Amino acid sequence: MSKITISSNLAVSDNGFLFLPSTGESFTLNPIGKLILTALKEGKEQKQVIDLITKEYDIDKSSAEKDLEDFISQLKNHKLIIEQ
Amino acid sequence: MDKKIYERPLIIKQQSGLMNKFGSSTINAPVTEIDRVPVKDIVEKFGSPVFAFSERKIRNNQREMFRIFKTRYPKVQFAWSYKTNYMNAICSIFHQEGSWAEVVSEFEYEKARQLGVEGEHIIFNGPAKTAAGLERAIKERAKIHIDHFDELYLLIELTEKLNLTADVAIRVNMDVGIYPKWDRFGFNYENGEADQALKRIVLNDKLNLIGLHTHIGTYIMSTEPYKIAATKLVVLANKLKENHNITLDYIDMGGGLPSKNTLKGQYLEAEQILPSYEQYAEAITSPFFNLTMPPNEFPTLIIESGRALIDDAGFLISSVIANKRLSDGRRAVIIDAGVNLMFTSFWFKHRVAPGQNAGSFTENSSLYGPLCMNIDCIREEIVLPALKKGELVVIMNVGSYSVTQWMQFISMRPNIVLVTEEEEAVLIRANENLEYLTSLEVVPEKLKTFTLH
Ligand SMILES: Cc1ncc(COP(=O)(O)O)c(C=O)c1O
Repeated sequence: MSKITISSNLAVSDNGFLFLPSTGESFTLNPIGKLILTALKEGKEQKQVIDLITKEYDIDKSSAEKDLEDFISQLKNHKLIIEQ
Repeated sequence: MDKKIYERPLIIKQQSGLMNKFGSSTINAPVTEIDRVPVKDIVEKFGSPVFAFSERKIRNNQREMFRIFKTRYPKVQFAWSYKTNYMNAICSIFHQEGSWAEVVSEFEYEKARQLGVEGEHIIFNGPAKTAAGLERAIKERAKIHIDHFDELYLLIELTEKLNLTADVAIRVNMDVGIYPKWDRFGFNYENGEADQALKRIVLNDKLNLIGLHTHIGTYIMSTEPYKIAATKLVVLANKLKENHNITLDYIDMGGGLPSKNTLKGQYLEAEQILPSYEQYAEAITSPFFNLTMPPNEFPTLIIESGRALIDDAGFLISSVIANKRLSDGRRAVIIDAGVNLMFTSFWFKHRVAPGQNAGSFTENSSLYGPLCMNIDCIREEIVLPALKKGELVVIMNVGSYSVTQWMQFISMRPNIVLVTEEEEAVLIRANENLEYLTSLEVVPEKLKTFTLH
């Protein structure tokens, strides 16, 4: 797993709304999406994020990992991630 | 502490103001049960995928359609179009509701007979009747709808040979202002072919002319073509009365009424653009009041409606096999039911709903079947909630032309169940197995052994 960096001027509101001032684009996240994005922004490793999800939600590790990978590809697709 | 319910993480870009290419972004409410039988229970008992039909819905559809026509014209008879769905249990429901059988092949004819339908309640349509098939139909007094002159002459020959009379009608094709014209079937109205055929029949004392038939096409999206068709058949009926003093038993207007399915090229949902069944019935019945014979001699109106009566009573319950992301970022959901089970998905955008309560977050997706082919796409663009592997997807409006046109390809055809009025799911056709499939195969002796290295 590579280290993921989220651009620092990204802010997620409490209800999962995200606005990119640079492009004027806006997004909505579901609660798990919000949890992940916040954790990644704090600089957490993917492994830590998975632990966080499985502790709070009723899901096994391998499914959570698969979905996390998918979510990251969604973020890349929206150009919200700086890959290293 | 109980953990929270999980949903796949999602991020959705907001498209302000723009109508997106997925059409209406409303997703269908989850279908968690069919007539109060949980779809989950059906899958647990009968496997996935599985076709389920609602008996209640079928009966309601038939009763409602009968009422709509009967309130506009007093003599109405329905005939169930076997090709639309000829599962024995399904046909029997229609027969219990009083429908005759409308068949287009000897196999369908035999199926109706085995179910206990008498010949006189069978309408024998189709361009490919054989001499053997016609002989049987003559003997059993089925209503034979003659499709072309070769068939007419064959029928004359057979009635001579058997020294029996036959009850016949002719199928008439005509210009009703729509494309495609179904002029391949029957005798043409405009060029006088129909008149010629009728004259030939009237002159023959072994052919008993009892009706006129037309079927102008399927999924007809406006009412006017029906009005034109009924008007033309009424003209023929009046001429038969005036010129030959023949009183017809019936005028058969065929089927073709659309169901609530939306066509692929159609942007708006079917409900938003299609006329109501009342409007169709009005168009079909109003020309009948131009019949010139005394009212007690008015012919019965026969309706061979297929898809309109059963489409929304059929469900295909399937399970998510995998979620993938396509190279353009779109989500692909793979389910265990392919287009081989939904031939109709080549023309229709079948409605798809989650089979369990779903989160409110949705995503534009493509929905694929399990076949190893590119064409196995059920919906190219559809808004779906996040679905996990193993969760259920219910494809709706698959009651017509599904379990008659389905193909055995790569996998076996699955179970079909009926959700009865008593709210119980019962098997009406078992899933196929390897034994069933290979029972028809023959391997030549010299191919029975081989050695691989
Ligand atoms: C002669 C005839 N009658 C009735 C039908 C039923 O048509 P639909 O399902 O469009 O009502 C068909 C179907 O093509 C048909 O060929």
